[in-house]
Amino acid sequence: MTLSARLEQTAPIPLAAEIGCASGELLALVGPSGSGKSTILRCLAGLHRPAAGHVRCADATWFDAARGIDVRPQERRVGFVFQNYALFPHLSALANVVQALGHLPPAERAARARHWLARCNLDGFDDRRPAELSGGQQQRVALARALAREPQVLLLDEPFSAVDQVTRRKLLRQLIELRRSLAIPIVLVTHDLEEAALLADRMTVLHRGRTLQTAAPETMLAQPASALVARLTDQPNLFEGKVLQHLPAADTTLIEWLGRPLAASHQPAFAVGETVSWLVPEAAVVLVREHQSERENTVSAVVSERLAWRGHATVSARVDGRREATLNFAIGAAVAQRRGIVPGMRVPLQLQKSAIRLLAADVAIAGQAGTTGKGQST
Amino acid sequence: MDWQALSLSLQLASATALLLLPPSVWLARLLAWSDWRGRAALEAAILLPLVLPPTVLGYYLLLGLGGASPLGQAYHALSGRMLVFSFDGLLVASLIVNLPFAVQPMQRSFAAIPRELREAAWVSGLSRWQTFRRIELPLAWPGIAAALALSFAHTLGEFGVVLMVGGSLPGETRTIAIAIYDQAQAFNDAAAAGMSALLLALSFVAVILVSRLGRSLPRR
Repeated sequence: MTLSARLEQTAPIPLAAEIGCASGELLALVGPSGSGKSTILRCLAGLHRPAAGHVRCADATWFDAARGIDVRPQERRVGFVFQNYALFPHLSALANVVQALGHLPPAERAARARHWLARCNLDGFDDRRPAELSGGQQQRVALARALAREPQVLLLDEPFSAVDQVTRRKLLRQLIELRRSLAIPIVLVTHDLEEAALLADRMTVLHRGRTLQTAAPETMLAQPASALVARLTDQPNLFEGKVLQHLPAADTTLIEWLGRPLAASHQPAFAVGETVSWLVPEAAVVLVREHQSERENTVSAVVSERLAWRGHATVSARVDGRREATLNFAIGAAVAQRRGIVPGMRVPLQLQKSAIRLLAADVAIAGQAGTTGKGQST
Repeated sequence: MDWQALSLSLQLASATALLLLPPSVWLARLLAWSDWRGRAALEAAILLPLVLPPTVLGYYLLLGLGGASPLGQAYHALSGRMLVFSFDGLLVASLIVNLPFAVQPMQRSFAAIPRELREAAWVSGLSRWQTFRRIELPLAWPGIAAALALSFAHTLGEFGVVLMVGGSLPGETRTIAIAIYDQAQAFNDAAAAGMSALLLALSFVAVILVSRLGRSLPRR
């Protein structure tokens, strides 16, 4: 692991974080605002000193509370892209990048800065001040400045939050391209899960300064470590039930949901009678035909909302008319049209047994289940 | 026109503005960026000369700089002269009186520099001194220039404290403001009017300078 850190403190915001990122890997730190994502980046860069823990990069120790080591930010070789870019407003784009080239002889700096601006697709903007650049261009100057330092770690703090959707898509694509050539650990802070899933090799979910789970984005969505992780990663179909029976021979654990039995794959870690949270990914909620409604795990639900976007429709449907029992699934817009999926229509939905995952019950779910689903309003 | 008084005033004002510059920059940054116990007390102490009657301030300065005070005695031991009723004493008093005029505009312009800008400089590898020179100073200069202009103009016009601490010794402590008072007392209207008009013009230029510089404060 090229970058590894353990960070602990109780104030000003609590931290109990453990992160690791290999060379060439992009790690996304995700979590709600106030969960300590930015503070972790600041700790890595040496801009904030936690009470305990360590930060190691390659062979160097940048911070070690026990040994009293705290390397200054100037000596950490970190490339940092700030949320609002923090460009020097009185300097041109070129001069902004030159500031990060102190490790080169003065005569070489301007040429090198031009090289980095070009790498970030910013030729011809050398003499512009930040105020004369668009948001997307400012972000690229900030990225060029961060890379010009020839950093051992690249830290990105919500780098896409200050630009519009269209620009964001463009910048995302550029970053995906650029990172292929960077053989350093990259840590991205974001509250946008889509962005994280798109860019990250692995993501770490944070809650109140605590790292809950680190996994590849697909794994995180399919196998969240807890109901809290599922909630923080915005999993739509998260419910509460009770374990009824284990049937190992049939690879089945039966749970009770809204008075119905529901078959999940065998998950013996949960005791019979135990209240659990359970999760079914959107892709495992299948719209079946009327005559198939006797199939395993098929429930009848009433469509409460249909949102169509670019050929896809996201549908919410309530079971027993209960808001906290809203199933979300996605189908092609054409299918939705053909089957006449409109609010008020009754549809049979099959929940695929193998995809149902049981999780330790989360106390907050009972109260918040109504807000876990995406589209509740009709 | 009392040219000697004018020259003395200009010397006093220039010396005050220039000598105040380094400590004021230091104090302004301290007040703008750090948060510690006692910060409010220090800020209040610096602002005090703004609200105290000049006579009260002058009285305490007279005590603090007088022959019986440690500072007065030290000065006497070194130079064989008295600190009060001398140009040097006037300068010391002027530095103290002008502290708020120098610190306030600078503090505002340093406070307007976002914290991330300095942090961006540090992670870019700039030392604290390089950060100060290349980032902070260029961004805060309108405030610094405004502070220079304000303390210069204010020293030119200071009356009460000068009279208390310096009296009106020609060539030593008689500033142009004191000279105007003396001329007016002697019903020498023409001289008083000329010098007053000059002071008015100088002050007006300084105020225009300050407000123009204030408008070009760094963009966020």
